[in-house]
Amino acid sequence: MVDITPADGIPPAEIAEVELYHPHSWWTKYVFSQDAKVIAIQYSATATGIGLVALVLSWLMRLQLGFPGTFDFITPEAYYQFITMHGMIMVIYLLTALFLGGFGNYLIPLMVGARDMVFPYVNMLSYWVYLLAVLVLVSSFFAPGGPTGAGWTLYPPQAIMSGTPGGQDWGIILMLSSLILFIIGFTMGGLNYVVTVLQGRTRGMTMMRLPLTVWGIFTATVMALLAFPALFVACVMMLLDRVLGTSFFMPAISEMGAQLQHNGGSPILFQHLFWFFGHPEVYIVALPAFGIVSDLISTHARKNIFGYRMMVWAIVGIGALSFVVWAHHMYVSGMHPYFGFFFATTTLIIAIPTAIKVYNWVLTLWRGDIHLTIPMLFALAFIVTFVNGGLTGLFLGNVVVDVPLSDTMFVVAHFHMVMGVAPILVVFGAIYHWYPKATGRMLNETLGRFHFWVTFLGAYLIFFPMHYLGLMGIPRRYAELTDMTIMTESAHHLNSFISIMAFIVGFAQMVFLFNLIWSIRHGREAGGNPWRATTLEWQTPQTPPAHGNFGKDLPIVYRWAYDYSVPGAKEDFIPQNMPGSFGPSREPA
Amino acid sequence: MAETLTHTGQTEPRPAGWRGIAADWSSDQRAFKNVSWGKAMMWIFLLSDTFIFGCFLLSYMTARISTRVPWPNPSEVFALRIGGSDIPLILIAIMTFVLISSSGTMAMAVNFGYRRDRRKTAILMLLTAALGATFVGMQAFEWTKLITEGVRPWGNPWGAAQFGSCFFMITGFHGTHVTIGVIFLIIVARKVWRGDYDVGRRGFFTSRTGRYENVEIMGLYWHFVDLVWVFIFAFFYLW
Repeated sequence: MVDITPADGIPPAEIAEVELYHPHSWWTKYVFSQDAKVIAIQYSATATGIGLVALVLSWLMRLQLGFPGTFDFITPEAYYQFITMHGMIMVIYLLTALFLGGFGNYLIPLMVGARDMVFPYVNMLSYWVYLLAVLVLVSSFFAPGGPTGAGWTLYPPQAIMSGTPGGQDWGIILMLSSLILFIIGFTMGGLNYVVTVLQGRTRGMTMMRLPLTVWGIFTATVMALLAFPALFVACVMMLLDRVLGTSFFMPAISEMGAQLQHNGGSPILFQHLFWFFGHPEVYIVALPAFGIVSDLISTHARKNIFGYRMMVWAIVGIGALSFVVWAHHMYVSGMHPYFGFFFATTTLIIAIPTAIKVYNWVLTLWRGDIHLTIPMLFALAFIVTFVNGGLTGLFLGNVVVDVPLSDTMFVVAHFHMVMGVAPILVVFGAIYHWYPKATGRMLNETLGRFHFWVTFLGAYLIFFPMHYLGLMGIPRRYAELTDMTIMTESAHHLNSFISIMAFIVGFAQMVFLFNLIWSIRHGREAGGNPWRATTLEWQTPQTPPAHGNFGKDLPIVYRWAYDYSVPGAKEDFIPQNMPGSFGPSREPA
Repeated sequence: MAETLTHTGQTEPRPAGWRGIAADWSSDQRAFKNVSWGKAMMWIFLLSDTFIFGCFLLSYMTARISTRVPWPNPSEVFALRIGGSDIPLILIAIMTFVLISSSGTMAMAVNFGYRRDRRKTAILMLLTAALGATFVGMQAFEWTKLITEGVRPWGNPWGAAQFGSCFFMITGFHGTHVTIGVIFLIIVARKVWRGDYDVGRRGFFTSRTGRYENVEIMGLYWHFVDLVWVFIFAFFYLW
């Protein structure tokens, strides 16, 4: 084994390939910037903007579900369009873009000790193609016939038939084009993230010294580079079915009594392609959240992460396993019982590495010096929410239990808890944690606590009753239930209760946005390292970090990212770039 | 970066085999020690692209094995009438030969690039581009022939409609890859010819200097496109 701890007093070897483009004008500094940090802010702002659209769509859906028949402008067609765009935007254009494009761009170069991403120009293109994808998506709201209403899974044959909103208009075409653009743009960014982690680290930074945030984002990006191709192919083929009249996914089918031209295609093929992407996508969103939350817990509990190596291998293991579970989304599509057995088994095996992670988070907290800061509150809320969402996943992973629960509100509640609320709680925690680094000021504490409690409790008031509705057999994707007798009497008003809670939680997000903008000027000065954290991004000479991140010399890394409360050290944290040995570190040898 | 700088600034011998891989991955700075950023990025891109072509080919195979109407016989569909007799797959054979040959010229270009022989490198790259363009030209001819015989994405006179859909989609996607390759071959050849990599001239868009390694990275892409064609040839034409 090569000894990786550099001796003291040796100048850091600058990697020869670093050539940064230094901006000459306002345009190249803030708009067409090649600085990963600016690109990260651009990604985050765009994702938040389009996420707000999805939030408003969810309110409209809740208006309809909570008070059916009250709002004339929400027709069943419009409801389908809302549900489709809400899902697609939240999963892909908000969460994926925010975690990988936003946090990935900001944190990877800083945390691995690099000046920038390895190919900043390609990185910049990535953002602009993403913006184009978002604009194409938005344009479908103004196209004749409106956006597609096919459901976020876009299942054929209904996705491109005239009975579905946008099916024979522009909606589905713009949706598929936008996804193709998103994948192209993401690939450009994703290649950068992967190569930066593998090949662009600073001296002393080994893979096993990376903060878990980087491990999570890195693994998720590798998965995305392997999973998005399936969605790309599915989109191309469905686009051909819709535009050129091919029959990849379209069987012989008649519509309104007329036989369509299509013949011999397989809708199941689309489901396989879609879920080969779709299931890894769940973990593309979850793994960065796992990584970030590990760092939040360790920093704010002033204690090293428990079982660092296990955490890393759990991330990698979850990533690998998630490629062999996809058909558990297709139990009701019909499959050979042995396949159902196989996919149920692999699905349940994923519970092992995820359980390892949850235990390790809890054991990190055990006897820690827990500071109930806002990032810590969100991290704790994440653990609870993720466990709740994960447990209902065990129900749905089993074929016999899934079949009656499939396409009920139970499924909606499950995936909102596990891949909606849980990751978004981490996003909030991460923003409260890193906002001081990006702006130099803290977010307002009072508003933050208000935001946390309303969001956390509100999310439970929204989604817990949904489990109950689902167990009663209330189907999802129905604009209106005309027959209320399938519900017990006591549940009749649950939907309006959920809706009111949704509006309240939505309002709390407006407070959060206000806080984000207000604190840029009026927040408390943060200083360089307000959380007294060990990782490299807090050790930059300037805050916010300047172009090139680390001033003249790159930092040299002497230790892992979790030297908190080391006995014998002067302070309760030892930055990764501080030389010397202090007391018994818990860094794995 | 011909070799890895260790922290003493000296190059040191590294262990071989699995032990070496483990040592590299547990070391700092880079996991692939002698691999530049550009080359690593191309390899990872190609891995991702492999999944795209893999999905295309798997979808095609699914369509072919599950169709209930006969699949047109490729030997007959892709036959050319030369000198009064039908020769099966002759055009495809020539196309394959041309494309594989272009891999040979590409490999030679890489070799001359590392010898700093600008003239030969540029000429061989342009030759590679010409062979690639010939391939695309023959593909255009093949498309035209099939279209005049009545093959459409939504149907054909001989059997399963998916034959035309898969054919146009897969060869079209591969042809796009070849065309992009030809364009970049010409761009890189121009840079080599002008001596950009010797004088450290900066790229117009990226404002970075390039190196002769770019010829090799270009070559990686080109060989990949050839390799994909071999699979398309085997699965679509020979099956």
